[in-house]
Amino acid sequence: MSAPATHLEALPRSLQALLALGLIALALFPLVGSDFHQQMVTRMMILAIFAMSLDLLQGVTGLVSLGHAAFFGIAGYALAFLTPADAPASLWWTLPAALLASGAAALVIGFLVVRTKGIYFIMATMAFAQMVFYLFFDNRALGGSDGLYINFRPDAGLFDLEDKRVFYYFTLACLAGVYAFLRRVLWSPFGRALAGIRVNEHRMRAIGFGSFGHKLAAFTLAGTLAGLAGYLWGAQTGFVNPELMGFHMSAHAIMMVILGGMGNFAGAIVGAFAFEFMLELFKDLPAFGGFDAGKHWQLWMGLFIVAVICFAPRGLLGLLQRLASRPGLREGRDG
Amino acid sequence: MADVLLSARGLTKTFGGLAAVNGVSIDLWRDRIHAVIGPNGAGKSTLANLLSGDLPPTAGTITLGTHDITRASPEQISRRGLGRSYQKTNIFPSFTVWENVRLAAQSRATLPWNPLRWLRRAARDAAVNERAEAALELAGLAGRRHAVAGAASHGEQRQLEIAMTLATDPRVLLLDEPLAGMGAAEAERMVALLLRLKPRHAMMLVEHDIDAIFALADHLTVMVNGAVIASGEPAAIRADAAVQAAYLGENA
Repeated sequence: MSAPATHLEALPRSLQALLALGLIALALFPLVGSDFHQQMVTRMMILAIFAMSLDLLQGVTGLVSLGHAAFFGIAGYALAFLTPADAPASLWWTLPAALLASGAAALVIGFLVVRTKGIYFIMATMAFAQMVFYLFFDNRALGGSDGLYINFRPDAGLFDLEDKRVFYYFTLACLAGVYAFLRRVLWSPFGRALAGIRVNEHRMRAIGFGSFGHKLAAFTLAGTLAGLAGYLWGAQTGFVNPELMGFHMSAHAIMMVILGGMGNFAGAIVGAFAFEFMLELFKDLPAFGGFDAGKHWQLWMGLFIVAVICFAPRGLLGLLQRLASRPGLREGRDG
Repeated sequence: MADVLLSARGLTKTFGGLAAVNGVSIDLWRDRIHAVIGPNGAGKSTLANLLSGDLPPTAGTITLGTHDITRASPEQISRRGLGRSYQKTNIFPSFTVWENVRLAAQSRATLPWNPLRWLRRAARDAAVNERAEAALELAGLAGRRHAVAGAASHGEQRQLEIAMTLATDPRVLLLDEPLAGMGAAEAERMVALLLRLKPRHAMMLVEHDIDAIFALADHLTVMVNGAVIASGEPAAIRADAAVQAAYLGENA
């Protein structure tokens, strides 16, 4: 089959099995991992949700957004504003409110940016994210450059999110839920149309698809789900600052998606975990004589990503798939 | 007189100082194939682009059925019932043949980005599948549904162009050189298909293959340098001295 290079949309059985194993490992991890590592994995899962939300734009629809962190940060700030200084606020209304805030921001910004294409889309998303960044950075009332503290985790009623292990499992449930939801969306008529827009937008319009409506819906959904990640981030760390909406945060998400493999959401999860893992690894590098290797972790990270792009253009997940589908093993095809 | 489904009046498109299409009026009737011929650079494809909304006209009007579609977007025009195929193959190369046609059939859904439909499975929409199946069958690609479109043969990709266009259930068809690059057997099948489609559609055919044109066309329009130099029944056009000088003479 000499098919043109394409995203790995339908996951072969071997990868599905691997993902199931990963889920079991995540479910069991708190039983063996230390407190420190449990928090680290919680953060990885939050970033995986963030990366998946971007993958809907970047991998599925073909829209590379350099401003996705704005929606991540807005939900975090929403939680900070809604949590009183001396008491927790209910999860059941702060979470919908935070998602609504991110979603509304994505709807408004999306309305203005999804008309642009290619490099102009990248620049427009970055410009709007920088506007949001400076709105918070320059306003003392919004926390200014120092950010805001969130003194209490949201009160869920049925379970206690102040318990680190409960928070871990809550995040894991969100991760699994978002993954299942996005996989479903991928194979829905909406998801198929987004993939069509990525491959050939001109033809999509010629056969009667309004690409503006589709792209705006995708942008809004992606922003809302980025908000879920930002909300969890704020709840976990108890602190939000403008950096969460910054250029670096957006760029990290892009790198996570590329690292793991685009267009199937599983790759975004793998990419987020790999990115954070390598980051910890590189930051812990020892000093060689006068050269502190750990301090220059960004350099090693850059080299690592370049190496992955060169040797595994479809990301780490594509690499796993190639290893798993050597002759003898047949690919399972999803509808 | 048969029903006029599409009517363009005084269409002009200028690029800088050059008039690629200059004051062209054209009608398309149900159950008739209107062939547009002319030498390279005559403005045939630009005319098709104006009618399908890929390019906005500089002047003139286009009516589809009872609707003015003069400056409508391609998706609006498609939804009003105009389907077009492209001279340069314009498909989704990384998708299967089936998915190409299924996606085209899916385009008729109302509010396709509606969140309430995000959890449906695209592959299980019976109405869409039925429309796609019929189009695939008509275009003679039923046996190739699992092939990846980009890896299919040139002739198959041309058939796929037609299948995708048909899957949108159009009343008006603009076919831009559907026979280009086809072998004799493939071309013969395509001619047979176009004749089968004729009774229910108004068709504009841009084509270079003179034999196919005289086998198919009920009405001929000859363009040279962006303008219509003759329009009428094929027999009358064949006899027209200006046309012979400008175009047919080279081929006769």
